[in-house]
Amino acid sequence: MISDLLSVTVLIGILASGIRLATPYLYAAIGETFGQKSGVLNLGVEGQMLLGSFAAFYVTFKTGNLWLGLLTAMLVGALMGLAMAYVTVNLHAQQGISGIGFYLFGLGMSELLFQSLMGSVETIQGFPKVHIPFLSDIPGIGEIFFSQNALVYGAYLLVPLAWFVLNKTTLGLKIRAVGENPDAADSLGVSVARVRYFTIILGGTLSGIAGASLSIALLNVFQQGMTSGQGFIAVALVYFGAWRPVGVLGGALLFSLVNSLQLWIQVLGIPIPSDIAVMMPYVLTILVLVATVSRVRAPSALSKPFERED
Amino acid sequence: MKKIYWLVSLIVVLSMVLSACGGQATQAPEKKFRVAVVMPSAINDLAFSQSMYDALVRIQKEMGGPDKFEFVYSENMFVVDDAAAAIRDYATQGYDLVIAHGSQYGSSLQEIAPDFPKTSFAWGTTADTFGQPNIFAYEAASQEGGYVNGVLAATLSTSDVIGVVGPIETGDAKLYVDGFKAGVLATKPNATVNVNYIGSFSDTALAAEAANTHIAAGADVLTGTAQMVVGAIGKAQEANALWFGTQSNQSSLAPKIVVASQVYHWEVALREIISLIKAGTLGGKSFTANLANGGEVIEFNPDYTLSADAKALADKTIQGIKDGSITITLP
Repeated sequence: MISDLLSVTVLIGILASGIRLATPYLYAAIGETFGQKSGVLNLGVEGQMLLGSFAAFYVTFKTGNLWLGLLTAMLVGALMGLAMAYVTVNLHAQQGISGIGFYLFGLGMSELLFQSLMGSVETIQGFPKVHIPFLSDIPGIGEIFFSQNALVYGAYLLVPLAWFVLNKTTLGLKIRAVGENPDAADSLGVSVARVRYFTIILGGTLSGIAGASLSIALLNVFQQGMTSGQGFIAVALVYFGAWRPVGVLGGALLFSLVNSLQLWIQVLGIPIPSDIAVMMPYVLTILVLVATVSRVRAPSALSKPFERED
Repeated sequence: MKKIYWLVSLIVVLSMVLSACGGQATQAPEKKFRVAVVMPSAINDLAFSQSMYDALVRIQKEMGGPDKFEFVYSENMFVVDDAAAAIRDYATQGYDLVIAHGSQYGSSLQEIAPDFPKTSFAWGTTADTFGQPNIFAYEAASQEGGYVNGVLAATLSTSDVIGVVGPIETGDAKLYVDGFKAGVLATKPNATVNVNYIGSFSDTALAAEAANTHIAAGADVLTGTAQMVVGAIGKAQEANALWFGTQSNQSSLAPKIVVASQVYHWEVALREIISLIKAGTLGGKSFTANLANGGEVIEFNPDYTLSADAKALADKTIQGIKDGSITITLP
C-alpha cells in the first residue's frame, strides 16, 4: 500500500493539489512579509481574506464579471489595510491586539453581509483553468504546473516579483530600513509612516486576492468563515519563511504538499488513523520551524510603533 | 494611548455584535410557545444547523405562525463558552424550550439545566439526557440514510470507486459514513469506498482537495457530510461525478449531479417534545430520528433523472430498513 504512493497518478495528484492549496497562503503570506519587513505585524489577515472572499464572490455573482470581482476584493482588502495603517501608524496602537480586532471585524462583517445580501450558499463559474500552450502537453508536469487557473499562476509569479522589489529596488531598501531601524531611516529622510502605509495597504490588497482565490477561483462558492484559519497560518508562514519570499514559498508548499499527501494516505487506505494524518502538516511545520529558528532574526522594529523623537 | 484601546475595543465589540446578531428577538404575548436555539454553524449551511432551522420553520407553520410559535436563534456559536452564555441567557428570558443543537454543548447544558428547573432543554445529537428531568435528547440514525445513499451510489457507479469526504471521525458523521459504506458493499462487494476525514468542519478548501483526490483516484460517485462539503460538491460537479447529500437537501448547489440527500426532519422529535412540555413533562426522554418515524427522509433531486430500476431499488431499500428486513451492521 505504501508503494501505491509512488505511482504516477498519486504523485501528480499530490503535486497538483499541493500547488492549488498553497495559492491563498502565498498571496496572504507574501503580503504579510511586506508588512513585517517594514516593522508591522498584521494579525488581521484572516479578516481581510474573509471580506475579500465575500466581496469577490458577491460582485461576481451579481455581475458575472470575475475580474470586477477580483478588483473589488483588492479594493476591500486595501481599505482594510488603510484602516489598519491608520490605527497602527498614526495612533501607535498595539499591533497584535488591533490586528485581532480587524480579524473579528472582517469575520463579523463578512457574515453580516452574507446573511443580508445572499442568505444562502450559491455557486458561480470561477476562473477557468488556463492551459499554457505546449507546456501543458508535457505528460505529468503539464497537468501539475501548466493547467491551473489564472490566480494560481499569479501567486507563483508574485514570489520572484516580491523578491525583486524587496531586494533590488530603492523601495525595497526603504522597507527593510524602516523595519530594521526606523530612527536611522527617518534621519535619512525616509518617511516611516509613508512606507508603512504602503506595505500595510499592499498586504491588505494581497490578502483580498487570497480570499478571492478561494471564492472565485479554487472553490467558486462562499460560505461563512470559509478561510478557516488560513490567514493565521499565512502569518506563521512568514516566520517560517524567515521573512524571505522564497522561504515563504517553501513553507507554503511544504505545508500544502503534506496536506495533500495525507489526503492520499487516507484514500489509499494506508493504516494511519485519520486524526494522526490530518495533524501531519502542522507537526511537520513545527518541526521545521524549531530546527531552523536559530538561523534567522526578525526585523528589529517588528511590532514596535514608531514615534519620532524630536 | 488610551484612545487606541478604546478604538480597538470598540471594533472588537462591534464585530462581535455583528457576528452574533443573526437572531431576532421579539417580546411575547402570553400563551405563545417560545423556543430558543443555539447552533454551531449558520442557519443556511445546507447541513447540520440548517436542518434544525428548517424544522423550526415547518413547526411554526404547523402551529399557526409566529403568533402561536415563536423561535429565536444564535448561529455560528462554534465557541462553546459563548454558546453556554447564550443558553443561560435564553433560559433566563423564560423560553419554554431551549435547544442546544450540537453535541459539543452537552457538558455546558449539564451545568446550566439544574439552575432552571422550570425550563425545558433539548440537545443533540445524542441519546444522553444526563438523567435530568428537564433535558430531552435527540439523535439521528444517520446510518440508515447513509445505507440507502450507499446502495444507490454503488448502483450508479461505473468505475466502482466511490469517495467519501468526512469532517472528524465521530458522531453522526461517522454513523453516516459507516452506513454508506455498508450500503455500497452490500450492493457491490468488490467496489472500493475511499474515505477521507479532513479533520475540520469548516475547511472548505481542504474538502475541495479531498474531492479532487477521490476523483484522481478514479471515483465517479462522491458523498460527504457536514457543512464544509460545499467545497467538495463544486469539485464533483466540475468532474461530472455524482453526489449524495446528507443532513440537508443539497440539490440546489449542483442540480445536475446531486442524486439524493438524506434530510433530517427534526420536527418529528420536536413535535413530541413540545406536546410533552405542554403536558408538563420537561425532559428525561430521548428521541431517534430514523426512516421509519419520518425523522429522516431521502429526498430525491427532481432535476436528476434516476432510472426506474434504480429508483425502485432505493424505495425497496428504504422499505426494508423501515420494516426491519434490512439490518445495517456497523463496524
